[in-house]
Amino acid sequence: MGKITNEELLNNINTQFGDRVTVVGEPFGLLTLETTKEQISDLLGFLKNSPVLQFIYLTDITAVHYPEQELTIGVIYHLHSLVNNVRVRIKVFIDGENCHIPTATNLWEGANWMERETYDYFGVIFDGHPDLRRILNVDDMTAFPMRKEFPLEDPNRVDKKDYFFGR
Amino acid sequence: MENHPVYIDNDPQNEHSTLNLGPTHPATHGVFQNVLQLDGERIVSGVSTIGYIHRAFEKIAEHRPFYQITPLTDRLNYCSSPINNMGWHMTVEKLLGIQTPKRVDYLRVIVMELARIADHIVCNGVLGVDTGAFTGFLYMMEHREAIYEIYEEVCGSRLTTNIGRIGGFERNFNAKAFVKLRAFLVNFPKTLKEFEALFTRNRIFMDRTKGVAAVTAEDALSYSWSGPLLRAAGVDYDVRAMNPYSSYEDFDFEVPVGENGDVYARFLVRNEEMWQSLRLIEQALVKLEKEPTDIFHADVPEFYLPPKEEVYNNMEALIYHFKIVMGEIPTPHTEVYHAVEGANGELGFYLINDGGRAPYRLHFRRPSFINYQMYAPMSAGMLLSDAIINMSSLNVIAGELDA
Repeated sequence: MGKITNEELLNNINTQFGDRVTVVGEPFGLLTLETTKEQISDLLGFLKNSPVLQFIYLTDITAVHYPEQELTIGVIYHLHSLVNNVRVRIKVFIDGENCHIPTATNLWEGANWMERETYDYFGVIFDGHPDLRRILNVDDMTAFPMRKEFPLEDPNRVDKKDYFFGR
Repeated sequence: MENHPVYIDNDPQNEHSTLNLGPTHPATHGVFQNVLQLDGERIVSGVSTIGYIHRAFEKIAEHRPFYQITPLTDRLNYCSSPINNMGWHMTVEKLLGIQTPKRVDYLRVIVMELARIADHIVCNGVLGVDTGAFTGFLYMMEHREAIYEIYEEVCGSRLTTNIGRIGGFERNFNAKAFVKLRAFLVNFPKTLKEFEALFTRNRIFMDRTKGVAAVTAEDALSYSWSGPLLRAAGVDYDVRAMNPYSSYEDFDFEVPVGENGDVYARFLVRNEEMWQSLRLIEQALVKLEKEPTDIFHADVPEFYLPPKEEVYNNMEALIYHFKIVMGEIPTPHTEVYHAVEGANGELGFYLINDGGRAPYRLHFRRPSFINYQMYAPMSAGMLLSDAIINMSSLNVIAGELDA
């Protein structure tokens, strides 16, 4: 299948958005775009509602943390056009201190928990989300554990010291 | 806790009763909680709380080399671990550009389809139990045991299998595995027929399931449902057919689709998928006859651990063993998304690699997590007993829910 090539997809997006959407690459055939948090709602809405592209299926929302960059948090969307059988990945980089991005719950109901998970892990605040609470971690946790500065294990714990194991 | 919506109900005029369904309730088949507001027997609203067995796999994965992440994937959907294992291996193989031999692909298809059958056995069997029919569950469970015995022959373990390695399998299938597999292919269809005879046209079962929790295709797509649930709602999206992996394009199989997305349709779709899985396994066995019998992994010494005897006696093997274990082999600086059709839907692995020993970031797209979020909203207005069978037909596996 695959009725639309990445090139056609890109042309469609470019005529609408021009240079407000940039191409990052095409790793393993999956077109990867980058845009800003001002444009993301429009872009997602365009991709979903375009009669040609029909990206009606939201596969996933997640994020990644690059502490050495200026904009440290990258929010990543995976969309899938079931009709054309083509996927697209969209990245939005935002400031780690002032982590705001518009929600996608107005387009897909399924974005609700994906965004809650992303908030829980990275502290990304999705503006307009109906119920942005932690989902996997406890409610009174203060840190955002998937950020790189959060250690895998508590460095202060004493029960794993070597001398308990005769070393 | 103060922003938790379920605990703030002090209105004396409110005659609804609150029911804690879970965290450990026999009907939830796993550790997760639903706080329901009930008006008599009817659910007014509900709030789902998950995370009771959250184990931070994505964080742990950032500190583990690729081959040590396989045991983490076991514990996602532990009813069908081999699919998770294979999905992870294929993700890494895609990243590294490893081409697996056809025989490996076919063996993987066998193992994955067995896992799918094992998962559907549990789901449909338990659906019967929740509607009050225990017999079917017991009939079917015998064959899950048979599947686990095949796993034992292939990899040595049963539930959390850690089956296969990057590039193929850790060892070849032995003769006994094939004997057991052929016995399964003879015995299981009889039981599945009996099971269908017990349930499919059973008046009581149909009354309990038909029209219960019906979901339209639009809603299912909007909630990003996948797998048997989405197909029961009438959308023929199957990763195996749409984006074939592991040589699924060589096989001939149908994608069963339901009509109205109710519990009954999901039951039928899962049953039909078991028949299709049996077909796939039979085709794979035929295809295997044409393949050389001694190949069970790709020739990638940089990533496939050499046999132990060779490590002790052969210089190259020792070097590769050391390099693999210490993670000293450079990997591409890129990102990859790979999806497989898990028993519950699209199981995706999103891997960002920075060339280091461990993934820079690994995200699991877990179908149960995404499928389950519709549960509370769709339960509103439903009878409590219907909500129970709805949950069991969603086949929510706590391990996949929480990661």
